[in-house]
Amino acid sequence: MEKFIIWLLPLPPLLSFFLIILLTNKSNKLSHSIAIGAAFLSWLGSMVIFIRALGVREFGKNVFGSAINWLPTGATWLKVGVLIDPLSAAVIFFVAWTVLAIFIYSVGYHNFGQLKGEHDIPGLPPHGAVSKDENGHQHNVPSIEPMYARFFAFISLFAFGMYTLVVSDNLLTLFVGWEIMGLCSYLLIGFWFGKPSARNAAVKAFMTTRIGDVFMLLGIAFVYSFTGSLSFQEIFKPAMLQALASTPAFFGLTTAGFIGLLLFIGTVGKSAQWPLHVWLPDAMEGPTPVSAMIHAATMVSAGVYMVIRMFPLISAGWSEGLPLNTTMSIIAFIGAFTALFAATIAVAQNDIKRVLAYSTISQLGFMIAALGIGAYVAAAFHLVTHAFFKALLFLGSGSVIHGMEHGVLHTGDHTIDPQNMFNMGGLRKKMPITFWTFLIGGFALSGFPILTAGFWSKDEIFAEAFGNGHLTVFIVLAIAAFLTAFYTMRQITLTFFGKSRTKAAEHASETTWSMTVPLIILSLFAIGYGWVGIPEKFPGFGGIFPNWFHNFVGGTLTETPKEVVFSWIPLFTSLGVALGGLFFGWLAYRRVESPAEDKLQIPILINKYYFDELYNFVFVKPAEWVAEKFSYLFMDRIVIDGFLHGVARSSLFLGSLFRNKIDKPIINELIGDGTGNIVKNSGSGLRKIQAGRIQYYMIASLTVLVIFALVYYFLIGGM
Amino acid sequence: MNIPLSWYLILAASLFCVGLFGVLSRKNAIAILLGIELMLNAVNINLVAFWRYLDPIQMAGQVFAVIVFAVAAAEVAVGLALIISVYRRRNTVVADDIDLMKW
Repeated sequence: MEKFIIWLLPLPPLLSFFLIILLTNKSNKLSHSIAIGAAFLSWLGSMVIFIRALGVREFGKNVFGSAINWLPTGATWLKVGVLIDPLSAAVIFFVAWTVLAIFIYSVGYHNFGQLKGEHDIPGLPPHGAVSKDENGHQHNVPSIEPMYARFFAFISLFAFGMYTLVVSDNLLTLFVGWEIMGLCSYLLIGFWFGKPSARNAAVKAFMTTRIGDVFMLLGIAFVYSFTGSLSFQEIFKPAMLQALASTPAFFGLTTAGFIGLLLFIGTVGKSAQWPLHVWLPDAMEGPTPVSAMIHAATMVSAGVYMVIRMFPLISAGWSEGLPLNTTMSIIAFIGAFTALFAATIAVAQNDIKRVLAYSTISQLGFMIAALGIGAYVAAAFHLVTHAFFKALLFLGSGSVIHGMEHGVLHTGDHTIDPQNMFNMGGLRKKMPITFWTFLIGGFALSGFPILTAGFWSKDEIFAEAFGNGHLTVFIVLAIAAFLTAFYTMRQITLTFFGKSRTKAAEHASETTWSMTVPLIILSLFAIGYGWVGIPEKFPGFGGIFPNWFHNFVGGTLTETPKEVVFSWIPLFTSLGVALGGLFFGWLAYRRVESPAEDKLQIPILINKYYFDELYNFVFVKPAEWVAEKFSYLFMDRIVIDGFLHGVARSSLFLGSLFRNKIDKPIINELIGDGTGNIVKNSGSGLRKIQAGRIQYYMIASLTVLVIFALVYYFLIGGM
Repeated sequence: MNIPLSWYLILAASLFCVGLFGVLSRKNAIAILLGIELMLNAVNINLVAFWRYLDPIQMAGQVFAVIVFAVAAAEVAVGLALIISVYRRRNTVVADDIDLMKW
């Protein structure tokens, strides 16, 4: 029964994609009903699976899984199948909720039920429409997205990719889901393809993640050639892991470590870790529900999910207490570095969505770093809580932008960028629901103590880092967490507190229920989900609820990891950085009116450490130079064209030789014309006997008769 | 008192030559047709004469002559019809003027 449902989980969004694309794309209402219905079905199935999984004792040992023979490979079969173990159950839980919330939110975000704008064209964001009320007053109101149905088709496909990835029991179908999401991210980031910036962002996202994917594919190939299987359960058998860990590969790494590193590069691309982080902030060009989809529910979570999933392989030969192996050290380094690096950039960003984009990169760095130091459960826990509060924050920022756009349309001043936080301020009273939910999301992101989910997951990472002696990682993450709280409070202060800095912000209005309801649902999770993972020894709170998450997800591994020994130092650090960051963020920005007064607007931070420029200089420009000078001017124009022209010339020469020496004199004149002339001449000669006088014919036949008679008489008859 | 066979043959040959001359020399299509009739009848004389002198018991010669009559009658019917048709269209029965098929 469970197996059957698991097989069917990814199906509704796929059907919805094809239905909308092929049949219902003319009807907006039908299209979003199908998409939300499909998301709801998958949600329902996921909840059934999740609740069933809760009911199984020692679920880590008794997982739901089934596999079928798919591809014959000589004497064996390549199997594909589905698997729900504690880790994927936890992941599918948040995927189902966030996907459903985002789908519902998109209805309001794309202004369903509003007028069609007169100047709206597909490929550009809607410009708004003019409506008249009963008194004859004209109002500028938001207008419906011109490619409304198409949007729902794409996010359905996106959801299909994520569900496929999560329920996969093998690296192959996981990779299929992974690549479907890559495609969808391209389609959706470039959804408003009329904007050059959106086009470039789409290409950039696709190309950057592709770099990671190539390495990941190499890793998958290596796994297959070594183990002869791609199924997780096969690869993670202790004997197999032992063999992988004891066989040396390249660069002094074990095979397990080398494969782990290759797969991790896939994650670096997908989850936007340094040095492949550049695509994610640009991905903000897509509609906001897409940002939420990419940043929380699906794409970047998929990268972290994959690397958590491959943890037994990465950590093969390592056990708690031992020094980290090379691959884990690299992972921990990249994660911690990214966490700090992205947090510093986020401090100086003014676009409300870009701040969140860098915070996503930073938080993903936390998870990666946690995994790198072997804190498997903490990484998974932060993945889940982050998905909830980051989806909440993105949808909240979309709601803010939507409210601001309303204000912009109302005032008619289109020079105001509705995404720039310095144009906002004082939205607390205009958009109360958005404010409170955003506040909850922001506090969860900052790790506001006790109440929010982010606190518990981040605290667990700190405790693991400190308790296992990874002090460098601990300190770096602590600084990153401080900056996180700081820029989050900066964002909240600039957006919601103080006075409205523009007319548009004064006229911002709360968004419709289809946008606020998902916010409320997600904010419940952003608070409540932390309580399932409170450590047993936590003073005051430990033991009220059992540490369900640790036992449940930890059961995925062969040996359930022990809870780290409680220590006051990481707890105080966590409390200090969260509260301190929030306080300083409020203190520093409560009176800031314009970017000029912001002391942290340092060029190197605004320009994101010049990574775009660096990559442009190191990769893009040389590639363009090679394309122009070598590929085009030398290879194409001289070598290939030269060869082709040579071939053409020699063919031409040979052709004219045949024509002038063989075709014309022999074929044409001798055979062709010769035959014709003979027939013609003999015809004109012979036609004279056709006189048309019947007596001539008779004389002729008589003559012939006489001649025959004479011949007969003298030659034959006479003898 | 018997008339020898050769007389009949000479008669038939003379008659044939008269017919042939008519066919070759006359321009009127009807005259040409008449010449053909003479030639056919010359043949009939030959057939009957050979039958009478060589094989009087069998009836083949006589039957053959009767078939020739029938064919000649049919031929004249068709030929005259053609000539009338040509005359209606072109207002002539001169064989030389009927030269549509000429190159």
